[in-house]
Amino acid sequence: MSQEKLVEIKNLKQHFKTGRHSVVKAVDGLNFNIYKGETFGLVGESGCGKSTTGRTIIRLYDATDGEVIFDGENVHGKKSREQLKKFNREMQMIFQDPYASLNPRMKVADIIAEGMDIHGLEKDAKGRESRVHELLETVGLNKEHANRYPHEFSGGQRQRIGIARALAVDPSFIIADEPISALDVSIQAQVVNLLKKLQEEKNLTYLFIAHDLSMVKYISDRIGVMYFGKMVELADADELYKHPIHPYTQSLLSAIPLPDPDYERTRERFTYDPNNHDTSEEPEFREVRPGHYVLCTTKEFEQYQREHGTGK
Amino acid sequence: MEKLLEVKNMHVSFDTYGGEVKAVRGVNFDVNKGETLAIVGESGSGKSVTTKALMQLIPQPPGRIKEGEILFEGRDLAKMNEKQMQKIRGKEISMIFQDPMTSLNPTMKVGNQIMEGLIKHQKMSKAQARKRVSELLELVGIPDAENRINQYPHQFSGGMRQRVVVAIALACNPKLLIADEPTTALDVTIQAQILELMKDIQKKTDSATIFITHDLGVVANVADRVAVMYAGKIVEIGTVDDIFYNPQHPYTWGLLGSMPSLDSEDEELYAIPGSPPDLLNPPKGDAFAARNEYAMKIDFEQEPPMFKVSDTHYAATWLLHENAPKIEPPEAVKKRMEGNANGSSSSEGERI
Repeated sequence: MSQEKLVEIKNLKQHFKTGRHSVVKAVDGLNFNIYKGETFGLVGESGCGKSTTGRTIIRLYDATDGEVIFDGENVHGKKSREQLKKFNREMQMIFQDPYASLNPRMKVADIIAEGMDIHGLEKDAKGRESRVHELLETVGLNKEHANRYPHEFSGGQRQRIGIARALAVDPSFIIADEPISALDVSIQAQVVNLLKKLQEEKNLTYLFIAHDLSMVKYISDRIGVMYFGKMVELADADELYKHPIHPYTQSLLSAIPLPDPDYERTRERFTYDPNNHDTSEEPEFREVRPGHYVLCTTKEFEQYQREHGTGK
Repeated sequence: MEKLLEVKNMHVSFDTYGGEVKAVRGVNFDVNKGETLAIVGESGSGKSVTTKALMQLIPQPPGRIKEGEILFEGRDLAKMNEKQMQKIRGKEISMIFQDPMTSLNPTMKVGNQIMEGLIKHQKMSKAQARKRVSELLELVGIPDAENRINQYPHQFSGGMRQRVVVAIALACNPKLLIADEPTTALDVTIQAQILELMKDIQKKTDSATIFITHDLGVVANVADRVAVMYAGKIVEIGTVDDIFYNPQHPYTWGLLGSMPSLDSEDEELYAIPGSPPDLLNPPKGDAFAARNEYAMKIDFEQEPPMFKVSDTHYAATWLLHENAPKIEPPEAVKKRMEGNANGSSSSEGERI
């Protein structure tokens, strides 16, 4: 994995107006980088703003404030059609619900080729067809599937179609918003293996949004934990699971049920109480261990450093 | 141990335009007093249909219990009429549904929804029922019960709503509780709370639970015994340790292997290839054969019977036949079986 930044998220904010005087701060000041070729996992409970983050990065929402720098250029702000097209080719998204994210009135071939048509990638019908067939095979379907409609497919197959659609324009960065949570356990493994294989073959970068922490740990290189629109902890996947520092991360990890009866019998759950934080100052994002950042105040920072040490 | 429920050779089918869908094809199991039986399987494996059939909640037509007996304390539920069933539902057997957003009536105050069963089954007066409702809300961990009684479901969060559903299910002290994916729609932290609550209450009331889920982590947490379902049949049944540390059926291996463990490294996940069979025309022989890399010739011709592994552990796979070749489970599963027996608890301790 290179240390070259592909995406830089700077102080990203996304506030929704829900009434004349009330504002929901779904994303409130996020800062992180995604490096080329890595998988960045974003976890948190429902409502913490992880999906909003993904959707704002790809410009499905206009950010309230902050910047998303993709390959050196800001994604947000005023853009011409041409410039937008360029981003859209580089950045694609895989959605959560494979039942809702495919147009039921379009044939699979047209769903997959829609992006190519918009970007004018394949001029003649023959080229378009063979590209669709190639993509179907890449994701483990076959070319007979091209002329069918989405309802003829199972959930796992539909998610594969969604992946083929994202790949059609040769993107370098894919945002996967809970791509497996609507699928059965055995099918989840198939899709995750496929995503991993594609990443190796095409040198893709992923932002993987999920709430299933064991799957996120498995697929991600680095993981960010979100809580109420803020990132509270960011570290390498192994580091985060071995040495969670922020109490919220600890409680989240202690709540994952593992398929191991002996462990489950002795498991002790840790509950998070946001009132236990030091409130003497605004918490900041600080590096407690190498590459391991935690949202904390000065006092907490000192405490965390004492408890968790610097390095091994 | 005393048997509370015995299900014998139950078949459930649905008549559709396409033909007869055999959703449950001969299921046998029993539930003892005070224990938790988990039923696991993919969607479409027939786990929900099985439990709905126990409560006679299958719409008839198109569904029907084709044959089999459901003995609850010796009485056959399959032969009861609607009136008799109404005396059982909610009173002796009650159910927790998957989605707390849709299983509560949005136009009815929460208190009244809990009271319904009490007034109907236990012939309580409204005042008595109200008192009991406050107790129940406290039992399931909803603070400020007095005020909460008069609120509507939309004023509760997802976790709190599921607590209300649990309270409704527990209102009449049922002997058997059926929980159909009670935590699937919830966040992990809330899930942990609800599971703890259910286990706690079970200990207090000594009721038995049938727990349906596809999350093996949850199974390991709650279950005493586990039944693995595939294509309308139970393919393996045993104690929770039998299933997790000594699984015999290739499908169980697949389920266990397809979940990443928290300390697994970069190896590929063991995925079960293909997808479940169409139960409109169930395949000949073992329904899992087409997805089973260990399938033998006989798997495509004849259905395997239940082979006995130990007194508590049975599995339906020809691999257990005396003439079958000896086959080792895949690496990922073997590691899980061994790793679990010793090292895992220490590594967890370090984690937190």
